[in-house]
Amino acid sequence: MTKAISAQGLVKSFGDVQALNGIDLEVEQGSVVGLLGPNGSGKTTIVRILTTLLNADSGTASVSGFDVQSQPDDVRSVIGLTGQYAAVDQYLTGRENLELFGRLFHLSKRDAATRADELLDRFALSDAADRGIKGYSGGMRRRLDLAASLIGRPSVLFLDEPTTGLDPRSRQGMWDVIQSLVAEGTTVLLTTQYLEEADQLASSIVVLDHGNVIAKGTSDELKNQVGGDRIELVVSNAADSLRAATVLAPFGSAQATVDEDAKRVLVPVAGGSNAIVDAIRALDEASIAITDIALRRPTLDDVFLSLTGRITEEDQAPKAPKSGRRSRRGGN
Amino acid sequence: MSTETRPLLGWFVADTLAVARRHILKITRVPETLFFALIQPVMFVLLFAFVFGGAIKGFPGGAQDYRAYLISGIFAQTVMFAVAGITVGITEDASKGIMDRFRSLPMRQSAVLAGHTLASLAQNALVIIALSITGLAVGWRIRGSATDAILAYVLLATFAYAVTWLGAWIGLHMPNPEVAGTAGLAWIFPLTFASNVFTPVATMPGWLQPIALWNPVSCLALACRQLFGNPNPFVGDSFPERHAMALSFGWAAVLLAIFVPLAVRSFKSRNAGGQA
Ligand SMILES: Nc1ncnc2c1ncn2[C@@H]1O[C@H](COP(=O)(O)OP(=O)(O)O)[C@@H](O)[C@H]1O
Ligand SMILES: [Mg+2]
Repeated sequence: MTKAISAQGLVKSFGDVQALNGIDLEVEQGSVVGLLGPNGSGKTTIVRILTTLLNADSGTASVSGFDVQSQPDDVRSVIGLTGQYAAVDQYLTGRENLELFGRLFHLSKRDAATRADELLDRFALSDAADRGIKGYSGGMRRRLDLAASLIGRPSVLFLDEPTTGLDPRSRQGMWDVIQSLVAEGTTVLLTTQYLEEADQLASSIVVLDHGNVIAKGTSDELKNQVGGDRIELVVSNAADSLRAATVLAPFGSAQATVDEDAKRVLVPVAGGSNAIVDAIRALDEASIAITDIALRRPTLDDVFLSLTGRITEEDQAPKAPKSGRRSRRGGN
Repeated sequence: MSTETRPLLGWFVADTLAVARRHILKITRVPETLFFALIQPVMFVLLFAFVFGGAIKGFPGGAQDYRAYLISGIFAQTVMFAVAGITVGITEDASKGIMDRFRSLPMRQSAVLAGHTLASLAQNALVIIALSITGLAVGWRIRGSATDAILAYVLLATFAYAVTWLGAWIGLHMPNPEVAGTAGLAWIFPLTFASNVFTPVATMPGWLQPIALWNPVSCLALACRQLFGNPNPFVGDSFPERHAMALSFGWAAVLLAIFVPLAVRSFKSRNAGGQA
């Protein structure tokens, strides 16, 4: 069976910024792959190359078996793209937007109208269908944008940071919608800065850093690689912090980190919620008083810390905007 | 549901109309845009006809003739200003990711620009009609034959259409709508002022005269004056003055021949950065 997405050795630079350093990517049909990485790691660049908006400097890529460079029209007829910013016309109504994109997808007038109705209904936009987008909330715009990318029933859907900038409720709504698409068998490549999001939506995750793939795997594999969940505790006496780390060592899946000044101990554990019960019992037996203890999931920062030995840094600031179009960040 | 099949040219026409419809809807949603597009040339007419008009003493035939002379100049100037609107519109679409959406659709790519320029032409046609009415109100008249008058309007429309392609091309290279707003206008001002739009070329300093004579804006204004049968004092018999109409169509053809392919190429280019 042809791969939904297949890329070998994608390299792209913008002036002296090396955006991609040789990316390989394979996405099976019907799967959901999450590209996870901090700002500036190359996520959007990969999406733009795969959706025929940008040529790679070298390397090859195909979507549903069509070469992105030499068969762009074929690629465009099987993909849907939702970019980082809601790409809808704010002067048109929701329905007019969908019908416009439907017509440009070369649906007949009637099909475009039916499909627009279907999608408005599905994304809970029917009530607002005939209002101008100007009055839509951020969440509604994103949903309309996603609806627009589904107009041609794409077999491969690209979602570039679909929930960045959304409040938690709209984010959950977006996740539900994406999950239902996946359940219908759509292949999805999504990018995100949040491990939690990749975890929720993606069956496998590719971690990017400075245009390189630094890890690949299911979210469980990645988290285990990072050492699973973390027990974070604050001891009452600073003097106890090292002792606490020793007591908890048997439950740990990796080296504990101790910050004596903050009286804080961080222990990666594999056992999840069982581990915290065991830990509390062990600390109690050792008569170590604690003021706070919590189990938390690893974050992108943890993954980064463990994979690269450094904290994620936003590396866009010093690189002056070469193309001013980028200066419209957040301008939707 | 299935996609329709049509020959490529059929798709080009269908896509162009769909895109043009989008822009026309937009004009109806933001009537202010059209209002200001209409009001600007009208203001110029009133300003020059009545405020500066009194100061323009030496004009043969006096203020009345100057107004008749002025209108064709403002026609030409208005056609030039058509560039600014599309320049900003294109840059706005690019910065909002709408261009990327178009570019990711299996539509005819050149239809994005063809549709936008077509809608622009429709808007400019309205502006030219409004300007004609203003002209009639201040004493401008069509004194030539009906065929010549139609030819003048065809020339204005052709020229307007050609310049919007130049505007589109500029818009594709501007980093954001603010810069586009300035860039779209910056070069038009010297071009319209170093022309016969407001004053006959013969009254200008010698070094400027050849530039003003060949200036496409002058050619267009002069051609309109000739076709509408308006006063045209101080016209010499230099080549651009004798062949103003042919030269104007020529300029339009040159603009189209250069900027249609350039703009389409820029739009299709997949090497540029675009929005990150
Ligand atoms: N059009 C562009 N011009 C110049 N540099 C760019 C452009 N697009 C992206 N970059 C640079 O390429 C790198 C990767 O960017 P991008 O793919 O947008 O990352 P992400 O989507 O992960 O935030 C960044 O350093 C960014 O500054
Ligand atoms: Mg990005």
